[in-house]
Amino acid sequence: MHQKLKERVIRMDLAKVRKYGIYIALIVLIIFFSLNSNAFLNPGNLINIARQSSMLGIAAVGMAFVLLLGGIDLSIGSQISLVNIIGAWLMAKAGMNPIFAILISLTVSTSIGFMNGWIIANIKMPPLIVTLASLTILEGLAFIISGGVPIFGFPESFSVIGQGYVGFVPVPVIIMIVIMAIGAFILNKTYFGRYFYAVGGNEEASELSGINVKRVKYLVYTLSGLFAGIAGIVMLSRTNSGQAIAGKGFELDVLTAVVLGGVSITGGYGKIYNVVAGVLIMGVLSNGMVLMNIDSYYQLVIKGLVLMFAVGFDSYQRFVVASD
Amino acid sequence: MEDNIILQLKNITKKYPGVTALDNVSLDIKKGEVHALVGENGAGKSTLIKTCTGAISPNEGRIIVEGNEFSEMNPKLSEGNGISVIYQEFNLVGELSVAENIFLGNAIRNGIVIDREKMIEESQKIFDQLKIDINPKTLVKNLTVGYQQIVEIAKALSKNAKILIMDEPSAPLTKSELKHLFEMVDKLKKQGVTIIYISHRLDEVFRLGDRVTVIRDGEKIKTLNTDETNVDELINLMVGRELKETFPPRECNIQDDILLEANHLTGNGVYDCSFKVKKGEVLGFGGLIGAGRTELSELVFGYSKIESGEIIYKGEKISPKSPEEAIDYGIALVPEDRKQQGVLLDIDIKGNISMSILQRISSYSVVDKTREIDISSNYRKKMNIKTPNLEQKVKNLSGGNQQKVVIAKWLASNPDLIILDEPTRGIDVGAKFEIYKLINQLVAEGKTIILISSEMEELIGMSDRIMVLAEGEITGMLQKDEFSQEKILNYASKTERESD
Repeated sequence: MHQKLKERVIRMDLAKVRKYGIYIALIVLIIFFSLNSNAFLNPGNLINIARQSSMLGIAAVGMAFVLLLGGIDLSIGSQISLVNIIGAWLMAKAGMNPIFAILISLTVSTSIGFMNGWIIANIKMPPLIVTLASLTILEGLAFIISGGVPIFGFPESFSVIGQGYVGFVPVPVIIMIVIMAIGAFILNKTYFGRYFYAVGGNEEASELSGINVKRVKYLVYTLSGLFAGIAGIVMLSRTNSGQAIAGKGFELDVLTAVVLGGVSITGGYGKIYNVVAGVLIMGVLSNGMVLMNIDSYYQLVIKGLVLMFAVGFDSYQRFVVASD
Repeated sequence: MEDNIILQLKNITKKYPGVTALDNVSLDIKKGEVHALVGENGAGKSTLIKTCTGAISPNEGRIIVEGNEFSEMNPKLSEGNGISVIYQEFNLVGELSVAENIFLGNAIRNGIVIDREKMIEESQKIFDQLKIDINPKTLVKNLTVGYQQIVEIAKALSKNAKILIMDEPSAPLTKSELKHLFEMVDKLKKQGVTIIYISHRLDEVFRLGDRVTVIRDGEKIKTLNTDETNVDELINLMVGRELKETFPPRECNIQDDILLEANHLTGNGVYDCSFKVKKGEVLGFGGLIGAGRTELSELVFGYSKIESGEIIYKGEKISPKSPEEAIDYGIALVPEDRKQQGVLLDIDIKGNISMSILQRISSYSVVDKTREIDISSNYRKKMNIKTPNLEQKVKNLSGGNQQKVVIAKWLASNPDLIILDEPTRGIDVGAKFEIYKLINQLVAEGKTIILISSEMEELIGMSDRIMVLAEGEITGMLQKDEFSQEKILNYASKTERESD
């Protein structure tokens, strides 16, 4: 009896931690870094954090969709790299107008997303492997196109996307807010957004309810490709140089941010507004570690630990609920 | 105690919350006999077997194996006392050889090295004894189901099984394999192995069994010598109970139009099924578990592929390729497995109810939430779904209320033909009655229902006609004035198979 009571208390705590823990963690991190670095709370630095987080936030919307569906997209980082290179090549080498270059780059990443989805839905390959293979293929392609050297020399107008401001707000932050709003709109208002939850929660029941599960999968991976592409364009504009390693490892940061934001790794559960907090945590963490002069190798270790913690918490929490 | 009794069950009772699965069952198994166990679906045969193997612990009673008394078993103890079970689902590893499978978990070893030669030799010995020709080096995945079953038996014998329990061993076999099984049982008997043989097929019981025990509703009804009884008596004992009038009366509203006609439907384990359903009718699908009722309904619902045959619906030939298409035609299916196929547990009640019509109540892709709430609160009232609010997650509801949510989801799509697959399984009496009333209300509104049920009383009480299936084929069609449990069971246990 006593044991049962104790378990129940743990369960309630876990539910609360899931709900508010992310915000508490964010506040604790901010306090920690502001105590350890004088520059941290500087308004300029805060805007910097927002700007640095924007690419993460844009790609996180796609990853959130994919996770909700019970899948995963590891190719996000490589898609960013490829978009970087293609966009850069079209503008610098082919002299194309930035707008067309952007449209073509986004078409490429969107098509890659669709292909991921098509393979997952029709060949029934595990999403982890499909997107892991894509990751490698796309990385290779980026190197082939660029020859391994950075591509630069873009029209002046292109830099607005990554470096411009509206008032004191950086343009990439505005783009992120728009994409997140679209993501929240899709999930909360549209019927296909509801399907993401349904398919992620129970694929068989969804199909029997008349949902075209394949089409939902196409859509979700396609959107993930599109959002990764937009993140890639923002990155290209910010760095003003196309690099084949631009997005390397980025997918793990995105994954960490989304899972920290409470989207279940097994699908069916999660909200965009919590993902915002997950993204901010990752942004604050990266920025704070740089300000504290933490060695970049240690930064990798810390980020890996955070990913393990986030997924571990999600899994453990589900295990406790399941053994109810 | 008599010496020739090898296994004795005394006053075994097993209760689950709300259900008594076994009620004071006592049973003697004689040494060297083939003892058949018969009873309807859910009569308690499997539960009884599981108490012998230690898979479940009885609340009361004792198990006596060769004079050793136990209040409960566990798998190790059961095996140590020479009890082995051949389940319907085999516990074999396809990628390993026959010999390795036989000695799986207690491999013959030389220190830490597995002695393959010795295992092959020992396996060969067992097969020689049984006069069976199987190469112990063959991979199990390359064997037919019949031979895989023999490997299972050999595995049991390698553990010195004295009592072999066979749970529906004939179910997966073809006609020719069946003959081998019978021979095998005869051989085992000659070797002095005691066999408990569970089967739905009464002809097998008479072919193999020395004695037969009838189980019904968790109680032991009677043990008989097979040469002193006959099929009719067994069926009578299995059915036994009188029909209670627990079904709401219905005004007949059957029209002459045929809503759905299936012609020679084949696919998904169903063969050459032809039937017609009239508008406003409740057509019952009777049969044993695995008879192909669910499979047939999946063909109609577009959830499985039709290999041949056609469906004529509202006078037109249709071939739905997905549930999505079937829903567009106005067909609904409330699936058998509520938790796996029916509800979305983590989604709230209104989200579940609106799931099949979300697209219809959206404009420019945006869900009209007011309509969604209107529709779901309407069904909450109509179906009497007990919940504080529509935002409750479905996993927090009772089984009966979950089932009402699933049915509501389907009614929301406004179908003309509703297939209900075991709609009252695992729900309480009150909720059952409400679902019966709802069925009546639906046919009164001109809807047509196909009712799949393993509960005889329900089938007889609710159907206008009953179609009985066995082994994927239609074996009988009963009109209302012909309904009887005996007839249904007779058709359901037909063992006629198409010649292979």
